[in-house]
Amino acid sequence: MEKYSLFSLVKHGRRHHETWQRAWRDPAPKKSYDTVIVGGGGHGLATAYYLAKVHGVRDVAVIEKGYLGGGNTGRNTTIVRSNYLRDEAAHLYDFALKMWPGLSQDLNFNVMFSPRGVMNLGHTLHDLREIERRVNANRLNGIDGQMLDTAGVEERVPLLNCSPDARYPVLGASWQPSGGVARHDAVAWGYARAADSQGVDLLQQTEVTGIRVRNGSAEGVETSRGFIAARKVACVAAGHSGVLAAMAGLRLPIESRPLQALVSEPLKPCLDTVVMSNAVHCYISQADKGDLVIGAGADMYNGYGQRGSFSTIEHTLQAVCELFPSFSRVRMNRHWGGIVDICPDACPIIGQTPVEGLYFNCGWGTGGFKATPGSGYVFADTLANERPHPLAAPFALERFATGALVDEHGAAGVAH
Amino acid sequence: MLLIRCPYCREDRSEEEFSCVGEAHIDRPESPGDLSDSEWGDYLYMRTNPRGPHRELWVHTAGCRRYFNVLRDTVSYEILAVYTIGAPLPQPPGGNES
Amino acid sequence: MHGFAGDTLASALLANGVTTVATSFKYGRPRGVVGHGAEEPNAIVQLGRGGASVPNLRATQVELYDGLDAEACSRSMAQRLVGRLGRFMPAGFYYKTFMGAPQRWTAGIAGPTALWTASEHILRRATGLGHVPAGDDPDTYDRFNRHCDVLVVGAGPAGLAAALEAARSGARILIADEQAEFGGSLLDGSFNIAGQDASNWVADAVAELAACADVDLLPRSTVAGYYDHNFLTILERRTDHLGLVNPNRTRQRLHRVRARQVVLATGAIERPLVFANNDRPGVLLASSVASYLNRYAVAVGHKLLLCTANDHAYRTALDWHRAGRAVAAVVDCRDEPHGGLVDAARDAGIEVIAGHAVVEASGKRHVTGAVIAPLDPGTDSPTTRRLDCDVIACSAGWSPTLHLSSQTGTRPRWNEAAAAFLPGDVGDGAICAGAVAGSDSLRDCLEQGALAGATAASRAGFGSGRTTFTAPEIDETPATPSRPLFLVPHTKPVSRAPKQFVDFQLDVTAADIELAAREGYESVEHVKRYTALGFGTDQGKLGNVNGVAILADALGQDVATTGTTMFRPAYTPVTFGAIAGRDVGEFHDPERHTPMHAWHESNGALWEDVGRWKRPWYYPRPGETMQDAVNRECLAARDAVAVLDASTLGKIDIQGVDAAEFLDRVYTIGFRKLAVGRCRYGLMLREDGTIFDDGVTARLADNRYLMHTTTGNAEAVFAWLERWHQTEWPELDVYLTSVTDQWATTAIVGPKSRAVLGRLCDDIDLSPDAFRFMDVREGHVSGIAARVFRISFSGELSFEVNVSAQHGRQVWDAIVEAGAEFGITPYGTEAMHVLRAEKGFIIVGQDSDTTTTPHDAGMDWAVRRNKPFGFLGDRSLDVSDHRRDDRLQLVGLATTDAATVLPEGGQLVDKPESEPPVPMQGHVTSSYYSARLGRSIALAMVKGGANRLGDTLYCPLTDGRTVSVKIVSPVFYDPDGERQNV
Repeated sequence: MEKYSLFSLVKHGRRHHETWQRAWRDPAPKKSYDTVIVGGGGHGLATAYYLAKVHGVRDVAVIEKGYLGGGNTGRNTTIVRSNYLRDEAAHLYDFALKMWPGLSQDLNFNVMFSPRGVMNLGHTLHDLREIERRVNANRLNGIDGQMLDTAGVEERVPLLNCSPDARYPVLGASWQPSGGVARHDAVAWGYARAADSQGVDLLQQTEVTGIRVRNGSAEGVETSRGFIAARKVACVAAGHSGVLAAMAGLRLPIESRPLQALVSEPLKPCLDTVVMSNAVHCYISQADKGDLVIGAGADMYNGYGQRGSFSTIEHTLQAVCELFPSFSRVRMNRHWGGIVDICPDACPIIGQTPVEGLYFNCGWGTGGFKATPGSGYVFADTLANERPHPLAAPFALERFATGALVDEHGAAGVAH
Repeated sequence: MLLIRCPYCREDRSEEEFSCVGEAHIDRPESPGDLSDSEWGDYLYMRTNPRGPHRELWVHTAGCRRYFNVLRDTVSYEILAVYTIGAPLPQPPGGNES
Repeated sequence: MHGFAGDTLASALLANGVTTVATSFKYGRPRGVVGHGAEEPNAIVQLGRGGASVPNLRATQVELYDGLDAEACSRSMAQRLVGRLGRFMPAGFYYKTFMGAPQRWTAGIAGPTALWTASEHILRRATGLGHVPAGDDPDTYDRFNRHCDVLVVGAGPAGLAAALEAARSGARILIADEQAEFGGSLLDGSFNIAGQDASNWVADAVAELAACADVDLLPRSTVAGYYDHNFLTILERRTDHLGLVNPNRTRQRLHRVRARQVVLATGAIERPLVFANNDRPGVLLASSVASYLNRYAVAVGHKLLLCTANDHAYRTALDWHRAGRAVAAVVDCRDEPHGGLVDAARDAGIEVIAGHAVVEASGKRHVTGAVIAPLDPGTDSPTTRRLDCDVIACSAGWSPTLHLSSQTGTRPRWNEAAAAFLPGDVGDGAICAGAVAGSDSLRDCLEQGALAGATAASRAGFGSGRTTFTAPEIDETPATPSRPLFLVPHTKPVSRAPKQFVDFQLDVTAADIELAAREGYESVEHVKRYTALGFGTDQGKLGNVNGVAILADALGQDVATTGTTMFRPAYTPVTFGAIAGRDVGEFHDPERHTPMHAWHESNGALWEDVGRWKRPWYYPRPGETMQDAVNRECLAARDAVAVLDASTLGKIDIQGVDAAEFLDRVYTIGFRKLAVGRCRYGLMLREDGTIFDDGVTARLADNRYLMHTTTGNAEAVFAWLERWHQTEWPELDVYLTSVTDQWATTAIVGPKSRAVLGRLCDDIDLSPDAFRFMDVREGHVSGIAARVFRISFSGELSFEVNVSAQHGRQVWDAIVEAGAEFGITPYGTEAMHVLRAEKGFIIVGQDSDTTTTPHDAGMDWAVRRNKPFGFLGDRSLDVSDHRRDDRLQLVGLATTDAATVLPEGGQLVDKPESEPPVPMQGHVTSSYYSARLGRSIALAMVKGGANRLGDTLYCPLTDGRTVSVKIVSPVFYDPDGERQNV
């Protein structure tokens, strides 16, 4: 792998950029692999990278039915934070958060992680109570949570309507300075390039059409390019987890729903942090290009169409105009949808299934992007050692039988 | 923006009048006490989540407040049938319900 | 600067000689107006100042008005520096640098993200276009729900023909067009229809449509989004052409249209030629040059050079020539152009140079000439030729405006003959007609439009579907087929040639696209994301097809295989305020008020938001702190009498033979044996065994109950009950009615409450034996029919008086007056919370969360496991995780220092000081200062708490202090419950 740097840019610039190498190969599929990862999004690619790099498992293919990072990785609002309430979730997300600052160097690809802080607004006494509980829990878990009063919110976000006369006045907020945003595509491409350089085969435009199971064990996957045998099959295909599970005769506690987002036209810098409001229903940040990036809530029905209902966009913009009255004359450039795995406790499912050798990493709901490095790391560890990584253990599928759910609806950011 | 025919009101109304409850025909077990934790967990949480025709439970929240079933394609979003609770199940075209 | 009525800002700027309207972000190059409509990438302006300012408008779509104040959305900050280093900034350069030094170099100096954070700071200031308005929006917006039989999108020739035909069938028609005038492309050119100028045909068509009762014409209205089941949004700009602010009219209106049928007559946008330095001011679309000339009487220069790959653009050269300006040449990319328009050009003495194209524009700040070369030079080295000109009009072909057709998920299809993407299958709810469907003659557009109009009307139930339309005679001659051309080859390879721009706004060049392909970003979506092609405010309307074709060429595959990116709504940007409509400010989630709201307001109440309700929080008197007021309110309830507006509690009337059975199934406790006139407290669980709601239910008659729910859950509980009744237990004879809003409830609380009520009520025996705790009685209070409950959420003697909502205020007033001599005191939710916490009563959602079971809350007493059906959630009480001993359980907490009030949400730990991660033992759910007890009290959920009475825990505060607490019983006051029986 050629190292990217300012020097390489200058070198290639002198050569009119004619000699840049491919970021990753376009290999023909082999007949079999040790591990096949289904899904070439951030989580799948990260899993492949850590399998190869940390565990030396290089006989790996990532199978992607479209293009790398084309699912939720390339469609989300890129918020990174770890201020979750329950210990199990806080530990997992914070493990991921702590990987973000070093990720660009590790991958030699600038993922543009920008720790500009994440603010969760409280609008009612109930909100404040929940925020206080979460911030205190965060601090005891070593997460940099803080409470802000209204003045502290106003200072950081001057355009926010902090008037006591607002319909739902801002009474305070939680604040995680180490949270922020990153460049979603770069995460997928960075992991792809790094995984490829470790020998992982990235098979794009290859659709998994079946999972071959014999005597309770997974033997490989049927694909649009033929059967590919594998000792382990790891499904990391947010939005399509249920479809893959059905191929192995399983059901999951997951529903696939549209989750929409929108961007404004590019504006000069006006919002320097990430603002989320659960009660008024929106989250918003400003991309480096200047677009306001706004997340809406999940739609109420299942959908694989990557589009949702316009009324969801309307509700979100009502909230935005309520919180930021001066954005009223700003214009929406584009809105789109992703397909998210909605799980009953708003937490992921990571680990083995009742089918031997078949693993799932799914159910990340509306906020999986932030966990990408950690998710890939613990899932790779789980796959390589054939037992749950300690951080992944609470997120096993069995919890839906025992009742040990990790309820994170309050911290999920949006209602769903 | 779905346009849904309420089988009770017999009118096509916009989806904002309705709420989708989730997968239809998840019957409550007759004797929950006889089920294992795992079987009970199946009833509570496991869903078919198909890509294609899907049977859903909807309610006309801002209308007649009646619950009814919708057979809807989760890819095209086309509504293939609406039917009342207890009515015979309409089959999707081609019958390839997954 | 002066302009004329009907001018756009762009036409006025061009008329006044302003040719440079922007500076490119990445390279600092001057940019001019390229187009004349929605496709314009360069002329982006900020209109006005202050709160009414509007960022990022296209000057080509801004209608001129008196006093218009516009500023280019400049990106001046780093451009000089960046401009010079442009060579080292190919597509995706920022992914390859700014990663920071390895940590071993920077340890202790800067974090690994510091370099990016610093660079990002500079980059951010350089990016972005306009500014957020400096203040609140002075205008209002509204939304308009409407239905029609046929919605015609676009009022060009095809759209007008469609609307005419559909209107004649009697169908209800909406026709919308983004421009101020109808006519579409006919406005821009010099066309003849039936021997007359096309404007006459347009005027006749508009007049006929306007005369139809069921036709609504919407000019200045952009159909922005096309959603499932034929739902479309139209943004109508009602006042933007009049000025910045219009207090008397809504500025913009979002039409939310449900159409039976849609005719998409959205036309096509001319495709520019990609050649070296094609971004110089003075290079425009041929149709734009014609539009400025014919429609606005603006010649954008003196000497025109037309470079075209089709016949249409010849009209521009002919119009230019007719206007008396010089035409340097028509450079035709085709080898043997012939036909009427070509002949007309030659007849006019215009030099037609066939088989050539402009390979490079000359001039630094503006076009001064064009270098042309043969396109197929054979084996000889290409011979170039330079022609002087100050305008290069170019036309590579036309891209159908298929955005709307693809928004519902239909992929566009490449059509080799048209060298364009055409709409995919739009289903049977829509029809594409005219240029969007690939039609390239005016006659075709009119005929297709008419047929589409008739067909759409017929599908909607009007007319036979046969068109009565006969196309008028149109002056058109057979044309030479156009030549597909997406990149004009330069004499140097793409990577070394001067920049050949594909996307002007984002500075994406042909070389960038080739580089992306070279690096393995082969999917069209990868290329879009890697180079930013099509991400601008024009969303690739000019560059997309050229970009895709250049990519296809670089990959050695055809365009059809390469495909296009998907188009997302909106077609052109839509104002946030218009999408929000009126649902902002006071109409954002409208407040719910109880009948006594005005009394609370005039008595100084501060408010707490509970769901949508405004509830009095406390009633401070002058000079009182919140704690003073709450203390006073609590003591009044404990010592004398106080009054609470409890109207917001959810109330559900449940009737039917099986009402008792129904209640038995939804509550953990039994209701079958409850006597008429008695009340019982119930806990409602979700199927997962956690507490969903609680409240008191009264048996009013054998087959009639009244259920109370918590304020916040009223709607959810009602829907829950309906669902179980309708889906699982339809055989139960039970009827549910929400009566929350029908009743006003006044709780009279305190030892003197009986005396107060006694003054107003003479038909209920209030004596302790006749009206016992948990009884309900009907009678009259202050002469108004009332239902009175003797229930208590405070532990005190208490009567809850329910009267019909319209009498709520009257009865409240009467109670306050009757209680005056006892010092009756209104109290709010805060005192209510203190009183109930002193008694250890939980608030669902505060002391419990979505994981709390009845056992966790210490409420096994409210659970009957031996009912015949069981109850919802019962099975879940037995799953293994719910039987753990170390679950969070409800306890009371007493701080060691009686004056310290813990924060609600404080976490509890075993040891006072330790470094994170610290294992948590639980958290504070409710915490108050109790005036009655003279100390702080708190409720908490603690791991295994039920068996830890007397243990000491610590609560670390965010300010660094740690408070020690002792676990105690959650019942702090009157543990035997005697006070409610006084």
